[in-house]
Amino acid sequence: MSDKRRKWHERLQVTLWTLIVPPTVWAVHFLFAYLWAAVSCAKTGFFAEFPTLFTAGTVLALATISLSGWIAHRQTRLRGDPPPHERGTDIDRLRFLAKSTLLLAGLSFVGVLFTALPVVFIGDCR
Amino acid sequence: MRRSVAGKFLPLWPLMLAGCNRHQSALAPFGLEARSTLSLTVVLAAGGLVIALGVAVIYAIAARAPEGRLTHERGMRLVLWLGAVFPTVVLTALLIWSLPAMRPLPATGQDLHIRVEGEQFWWRVAYREAGRDPVLSANEIRLPVGRTVVFELTATDVVHSFWIPGLAGKMDMIPGRTNRLVVKAEKPGRYRGVCAEFCGLSHALMAFDVIAMEPAAFDEWLAVARIPPRPTDSAIYHRGEMLFAREGCGSCHAARGTPSGEIGPDLTRYGERLTLGAGILAPTPGNTAAFIRDPHRFKPGARMPAYRHLRQDEALALAVWLKQSGAQEAKR
Repeated sequence: MSDKRRKWHERLQVTLWTLIVPPTVWAVHFLFAYLWAAVSCAKTGFFAEFPTLFTAGTVLALATISLSGWIAHRQTRLRGDPPPHERGTDIDRLRFLAKSTLLLAGLSFVGVLFTALPVVFIGDCR
Repeated sequence: MRRSVAGKFLPLWPLMLAGCNRHQSALAPFGLEARSTLSLTVVLAAGGLVIALGVAVIYAIAARAPEGRLTHERGMRLVLWLGAVFPTVVLTALLIWSLPAMRPLPATGQDLHIRVEGEQFWWRVAYREAGRDPVLSANEIRLPVGRTVVFELTATDVVHSFWIPGLAGKMDMIPGRTNRLVVKAEKPGRYRGVCAEFCGLSHALMAFDVIAMEPAAFDEWLAVARIPPRPTDSAIYHRGEMLFAREGCGSCHAARGTPSGEIGPDLTRYGERLTLGAGILAPTPGNTAAFIRDPHRFKPGARMPAYRHLRQDEALALAVWLKQSGAQEAKR
């Protein structure tokens, strides 16, 4: 199968850079949540009842993490080459990175969710 | 056979039941917030127990199973589902379920506001209603059942913490800052609150009575409390009043018909209080007299000076006067 006939996401490859996407999104979202709370509390004394911007930002973060997790998931499922992926070959490096990205994406997804829920549910600034 | 440490103390366990009571216990709620906290605690404890038992069962099966019964892949899958997915789902569900309980109850400016200031080692209380003068009191809080009440909590010296276990969670009282605690009592009765943050020598002796009343009874009590005190014409009244003035009690305490001091607890309705010295003694004339003559015996570190020079009969006369004046107020 030539590169052109593969779907766009199949052409994407996990690298050390894509590996850090999920935790980076988590970190940015975390900062965003704190800034959101600090600014809302300083300006109004409480959080907005249904903070649309915050919810949209959270959905975007979750979508980005899900996408990188899904791409990584596709690449862990390429046929052949049973585990453990510990040799210095290209395919082992790819599978290792893909698996690590997938696990990090899972962790980051839960992290973003657990950060966002209190912000959405608790409107109290104490 | 060796007995475990817990086993050795087995005969002492029933003694722990002596701690059970209904006037100061988070396990005997009389308010909305404490009730939801209790149900949350019960669900968490039961859920934790079920999970612990489940882990024990899996451990027992795993320890007995012959080696190689589980393939590496199935083992890894078990770790993924029971070790990562299951706890995540359970924790997320718990978070979503418990978050609404953490929101404060809604309150408006029309609700009764009770300002409570923590001081070493007593409570300054002011009932504030929109557009009216506050009613001052000390070491006792009365609440109408079924109505939303907003506590405004602060402190004047060190950090205290306001905790009525049967009503709601604790809330810090911080000098220079006012914290709000919104509550709703559900059952009338007599309860107790405490200071829950170490605040000095008599921290453990800093408590207060809480009386949850039917709304009509509460309204009547508050209306009576608003009426300015009228002096009574009796020998005992005049002697008490004379002693109160002579000893300079009024420079710290407000009491009916005396110039009002604001340093110590307000004694205007002392006669109707259920305890003496912020929840530590029965308010009998004998105890009151003993407290006046030597407060530090009962409350180490209290700011009130000792009045040892008072004769016992004088201290008693003062106690009876304080007791009577409040009691007359309450009856009226």
